[in-house]
Amino acid sequence: MKIKLTFWKIVFMVIMGLGLYSAFIRYFYGLGAVSNMTDQFPWGLWIGFDCLCGVMLAAGGFCVIGAVYLFNVQRLHSVVRPAVLTAFLGYLLFIVGLLFDLGRPWYIWHQLIYMNPHSVMFEVGMCVMAYTTVLFFEFLPNVLERFNLKTPIRWIKKIYAVLVVLGILLSTLHQSSLGSLYLIMPSKLHPFWYTPALPFLFFGSAIAVGLAMTIFESTQSAKAFGRHLELPVLVELGGALLVALWVNALLRFEDYFHRDMLGQIIKPSYEAYFLWLELTLAFVIPITMLSFKKVRLSPNGLYLASIISLLGFITNRLNVSLTGFETYVGHHYVPKWTEFSVTLMIIASGFALFGLAVKYLPIFPEENHRAERRPRTEIRPVAATAVLGHAGD
Amino acid sequence: MSKALLYDATLCIGCKQCESACAQQNKLPYDDKVAAESVQSEHKYTVVLTKDDKFMRRLCMHCEHPACASACPVGAFHKTKEGPVVYDVWKCIGCRYCMVACAFAQPKYEWQSLNPRVRKCIMCPDRVLAGKPTACAEICPTGATKFGEREDLIKEAQDRIRQNPSNYLPRIYGLNEVGGTSVFILSSANVEEFGYPASAKIGDTPMPEYTGRVMSKIPDFIPVWSLVLGGIYWISHRREEVAAAEAEEKNGSAR
Repeated sequence: MKIKLTFWKIVFMVIMGLGLYSAFIRYFYGLGAVSNMTDQFPWGLWIGFDCLCGVMLAAGGFCVIGAVYLFNVQRLHSVVRPAVLTAFLGYLLFIVGLLFDLGRPWYIWHQLIYMNPHSVMFEVGMCVMAYTTVLFFEFLPNVLERFNLKTPIRWIKKIYAVLVVLGILLSTLHQSSLGSLYLIMPSKLHPFWYTPALPFLFFGSAIAVGLAMTIFESTQSAKAFGRHLELPVLVELGGALLVALWVNALLRFEDYFHRDMLGQIIKPSYEAYFLWLELTLAFVIPITMLSFKKVRLSPNGLYLASIISLLGFITNRLNVSLTGFETYVGHHYVPKWTEFSVTLMIIASGFALFGLAVKYLPIFPEENHRAERRPRTEIRPVAATAVLGHAGD
Repeated sequence: MSKALLYDATLCIGCKQCESACAQQNKLPYDDKVAAESVQSEHKYTVVLTKDDKFMRRLCMHCEHPACASACPVGAFHKTKEGPVVYDVWKCIGCRYCMVACAFAQPKYEWQSLNPRVRKCIMCPDRVLAGKPTACAEICPTGATKFGEREDLIKEAQDRIRQNPSNYLPRIYGLNEVGGTSVFILSSANVEEFGYPASAKIGDTPMPEYTGRVMSKIPDFIPVWSLVLGGIYWISHRREEVAAAEAEEKNGSAR
């Protein structure tokens, strides 16, 4: 098979090459050589983005599963598979990210034998392991269907109710516990972000992000794979996103109000600029956009609003994990290029794996039937560019 | 029963013999270059700081309720009943949550190592178990660092302030901070000037309580939330089943 080099393929290969170089530095020269983390800044980009944002962006899985299977909103059925795929990939890549960040990743299994139930990190670790297993079983039918293995699918269907409940339970615990991690440092984290409500805020924002992420990935797949867009589904998700954003905005306001912080957050300061950026992207712009019916009914409007709110919540996680510590530490932390390149490599692999899964597994089943009717040659280049087409997005 | 250290900054002459004794005890390199370093690091667990004519020592506070021990997912840290907060390198997976959690920023990391360890003062647990004072206290020529029973040292510190009130700020740093520590500091200058976190900022509440409030609810939360979720699942699917059964019944009667 002749491989055609496209722009995005080259970008993808450059990202992977630089990432592998950084991985080499990481494992042969140590964390000090590969990162700008120090004793003052022991957690950097890999915790802030790969872990906190990675898990948050994988929240679509439990949101959609919850809507469709728990509340029986069958209208959303068509987005279950892509959402579960995103969540499963998200968690796998989160674990890959951890293997970079942990100082002694070869002892990661200690988590299973030396347990400290008082530790939030222990809860995070156990939930990641358990939930990734649940996601594996939620994802497995895609593979089984591909190979036409009907008996195991029946088994999974039998325990599906348990998987659904377990998945949502673990997600609730896990999304919120990422916020709880920071509860132990009231004297270090800036009061804009340190609040006893952190676990609630993390859980609440995970739901908004889950919805936004589902809109984003549906639209993105439609663009990349030439899929037809199911507008009614997106419109429904967009409405839910608007509600979720309002609830989150209200939670944030209540939190600042009860802690008497409203006066401080409007005063200009280094932290305030980052907070304003976060609040504008996460709430002000997307809520304003989605308040217009025209935007709520347009695929491009929904796509844009969801991307902006995603950027806002990513800013939020980075503020909690990085910006919020700079005043305490007394200097800025700027990740080294090798840290960025590992993160980029992980994101690029996520897009590529998503593309591969869509190509080979019945993630969008109705599309496959349509594809078969089309001549093979026509579908190939679309799928092939799509696999790598996302690499740098 | 529990041991502690009392550091009286007014007695300190800045000779740094505690630094070198500490390095020797922990088999760390110590020379003029290390002596000149004014920050704690993975190769310098304690440091004597100088500001104007005043000295201040920094070391792990050996909290009564250590944040590091509570934070560690694999329980690599624990507070011994003798007082020292010790570290088990074998258990450590390198997540560095201890470093982020510690209000005194004491755990340091071997960033250059390929199998890095967390490093901090562990209060010479072997010596303490053998009934000996810590290396730093033993070598201190002026008695600025004193080793003893925690209760006795608290009394002594209170006496010193009472007998010589003009010499000291009227407080024992470490007595109530984060719920109490096993290292007490007496000084004429504010410890905050030497990088210690302000008492008002860290408060008297043990740090593990902040996460404990949430963690303690989890055992109750899991069954309750499972039941709620299971209940919702049952209700929303039951409705479907009932609808299906009714439809079938209708079909049956129509036939």
